[in-house]
Amino acid sequence: MTSIEFTVNGKAAAVEAEADTPLLWIVREHLKLTGTKFGCGSGKCGACTVHIDDKAIRSCRVALWKVAGKKVTTIEGLNGKHPLQKAWIAEQVPQCGYCQSGQIMQAATLLATNKKPTREQIVAHMDGNICRCGTYPRIVRAIQRAAREA
Amino acid sequence: MTMHIKNGSLDTSISRRGFVSGAAGLTFAFTLGGLGRGAMALGATQQTKFNAFVSIAVDNTITIVCPAAEMGQGVLTSLPLILAEELDADWSKVTTEFAPADPKLYGNPHRVLHGAQVTAASVSVPGYFMPLRMAGAQARKVLLDAVAEKWKVPVAELTTSNSTVIHRKSKRRISYGDVVTFATIPAEPPKVSEADLKKPSQFKLIGRKDIGRVDVPLKATGTATYGIDVQVPGMVYASVLQSPMEGAKPKDVNIPDVMKIAGITKVIPLPFGVAVIGDSVEATHAGMKALKVTWDESGAEAAGFDSEKAKADYVAKGQDPNAQTIVEYKAGDAAAGISSAAKSVEAAYWSEYAYHAQMEPMNAVAQVSEDGTSADVWTGTQAGAVASTIISGILKTTPDKIRVHQQFLGGAYGRRTWPDAAIQATILSNITKKPVKLILTREEDLAAARPRPMTHHALKAGLDAKGNLVAWHHRLVSENVDAVAVPPRFKASGGKDYIGARGLDQAFYGIPNVLAEYTREIRGMRVHNWRAIGSGYNKFAAEAFLDEVAAAAGKDPLTFRLGLTKDKPRANAVIKAVAEMSDFTRKRSDHGMGIAFSDYHDTLSAGVAEVSVDTTTGKIKVHNYWLVVDPGMVIQPDNVHAQMESSVIYGLSAALIEQFAVKDGIVQASNFDNYPVIRMSDVPEIHTKIIASDNPPTGMGEIGVITVAPAIANATFQLTGKRLRHIPMTAERVQAALKA
Repeated sequence: MTSIEFTVNGKAAAVEAEADTPLLWIVREHLKLTGTKFGCGSGKCGACTVHIDDKAIRSCRVALWKVAGKKVTTIEGLNGKHPLQKAWIAEQVPQCGYCQSGQIMQAATLLATNKKPTREQIVAHMDGNICRCGTYPRIVRAIQRAAREA
Repeated sequence: MTMHIKNGSLDTSISRRGFVSGAAGLTFAFTLGGLGRGAMALGATQQTKFNAFVSIAVDNTITIVCPAAEMGQGVLTSLPLILAEELDADWSKVTTEFAPADPKLYGNPHRVLHGAQVTAASVSVPGYFMPLRMAGAQARKVLLDAVAEKWKVPVAELTTSNSTVIHRKSKRRISYGDVVTFATIPAEPPKVSEADLKKPSQFKLIGRKDIGRVDVPLKATGTATYGIDVQVPGMVYASVLQSPMEGAKPKDVNIPDVMKIAGITKVIPLPFGVAVIGDSVEATHAGMKALKVTWDESGAEAAGFDSEKAKADYVAKGQDPNAQTIVEYKAGDAAAGISSAAKSVEAAYWSEYAYHAQMEPMNAVAQVSEDGTSADVWTGTQAGAVASTIISGILKTTPDKIRVHQQFLGGAYGRRTWPDAAIQATILSNITKKPVKLILTREEDLAAARPRPMTHHALKAGLDAKGNLVAWHHRLVSENVDAVAVPPRFKASGGKDYIGARGLDQAFYGIPNVLAEYTREIRGMRVHNWRAIGSGYNKFAAEAFLDEVAAAAGKDPLTFRLGLTKDKPRANAVIKAVAEMSDFTRKRSDHGMGIAFSDYHDTLSAGVAEVSVDTTTGKIKVHNYWLVVDPGMVIQPDNVHAQMESSVIYGLSAALIEQFAVKDGIVQASNFDNYPVIRMSDVPEIHTKIIASDNPPTGMGEIGVITVAPAIANATFQLTGKRLRHIPMTAERVQAALKA
């Protein structure tokens, strides 16, 4: 067991856990921020995507010790106010919804660096995130809408 | 326990007794049969069991219960909306909740489910449509009667609008919330009939494009609660290394090695696998990797099963005139029709095992009571009542003692019709005497896959001298899904495979002689409901083969289908519509166009695929997909379009890439690297059209899956002249076909 300190959604957090615990489980079970989802446990689906120092990262592939002193943002950190979240509702994107936190966190880093992404850029950026309900067309539309309305 | 959707929070720490403290108001305790549970006092707090569809609080909040599971298909909105329509409710004040597992109150009367509270087969809206309308109309009538008595006016002079009762003559208005301050529910609820229902032209909520789904805001903010999100005080974590095949039991287990992992408290060999209990998910999942288990396969039917090697047996059975078969559909005399035909055509088709790959791995939280005679289970399930029945058998108690607390489902597609996680979590809670949160790893979710079966199809057709299709023989060879997924029904029906045989029939094509039949392979796989069930593979074979028959008749695929459906106007209309929408008859350079038609549980559809093929790699690219459906009345148009997009993409994934083989009885896939599913870059432009009507609504959750594979196969033929008779149509298979 080790104690690691970092920032989650702007607040200081200190967690006692095994140093190699995936950040995913720290966020979900220890900090009870359950918006971040478990999909594959090996970085292949994107459901667990969070931001670490403003980069979209698969939290199932990051050991707790690696985030010491870093800034972690989860879907809860967007506070429901992010233009993408508004666009997600306007375009009625989610179906089962399970992957959508990861989709939104992934998309957010695209818009942060590219205000007007092309369709091709959107697809390239989002291709690592699986949506088994096939909401892909609406995800594209919502990202385009957020880019337009942000 | 209930979940209030509007605030999106689920406090699992408060209640484990199913106790609901509701707002003061009226609960309309109408069952589907229209029976009430008697008078309720004004201002009563809702107590104990939730056996009602609708309640109205003095603050005008209306709570409507959704009897079906929400897995992305939108029923948490569409079902309450149907009731709200007849209640003339102010939709902005409606809160929706999941019903508990109680088939007597909440069972689906649709002919496919006959009263079971199972969310499957795209029959939630069709099955609950009339009962919910009646329940809404009945509640409205109680309100009207109460106001008529209070104001001493004839009830016929009262109207309603937007949660308000109106008396035009005296220009008086009263909100539903105010009515419940004086209304009581009569012991004998007023009778309503279809004549009391609105005409479709009077609908204010049904058919509206601007009413969004109630769960979307929760899912856009990470606040929707799935089974995997539930936490209960004092709970321990568990994962289960699943028996690699049904009936295999753990023999040797390296328990001491696994116990060395920090945080692991127990390793328990069980008939269905090896459970690892611990203080954290990370500990139990590390335990999964560390476990080394040898299995006793003596009780496993699948022991030694090799799906590749078995194919020769399937082919033989497809041709065997003495094979034992069950007839699914018959018209005239197919054998005579084929033998006397001017021309006959034959072909064999295949589909492989496919996994649901729902994004939320199977999980459940269970807490068995101290005396072991009751339990609370939190999970997202398509079959909560099935779970409570099975679990009550394990705990030697009655189903009402098993409270299944429905959560959102992180994908289902049929996988969550089997409540294995709920069963396993309950067994583990009973052993550990603690609440247990069971989360399968993705690898274990795949090891415990309940797949769509591998299928073989032997097809023959006969044409007369004019090229008319006069005879059709379709024999399906596969494991029978009902035998595994719904054993009581399988037994009661004398071995009929309802699930596996869907789509074998030819009810919409005017073919004088048809025999559609199936055989039973017993291979021990856990075959199950998989989105669109049998129609997914049976219509692939039938609709792709129909293109072969059309070619043999010298006719184009569109004209051929239009001729076959000339006496079925609704079927004819969807085919015509999709042809127009896709400009089907216009030849594209370097692209092929293919068409297919299918029905599914009363919904009709036709699809067109536009494809190109990379002749070097064999990879098919689908550029456009057009889908037209006739689902009768449409409750939520935007959601219907969403379901069409969703099912086309699910169908594309199955058509092009999804499969696993079985070796030594073991699923040969473990995660998304070796079981890939479709990603954004392979999704075509999808064009959807609804042919709506005032006919009763039929289902929309699966229909779009079905036409995709045959339309792609047919499009590829138009482009390359090569037939693809095996799904998934992987690059390797296409390459092989191109070289053949």
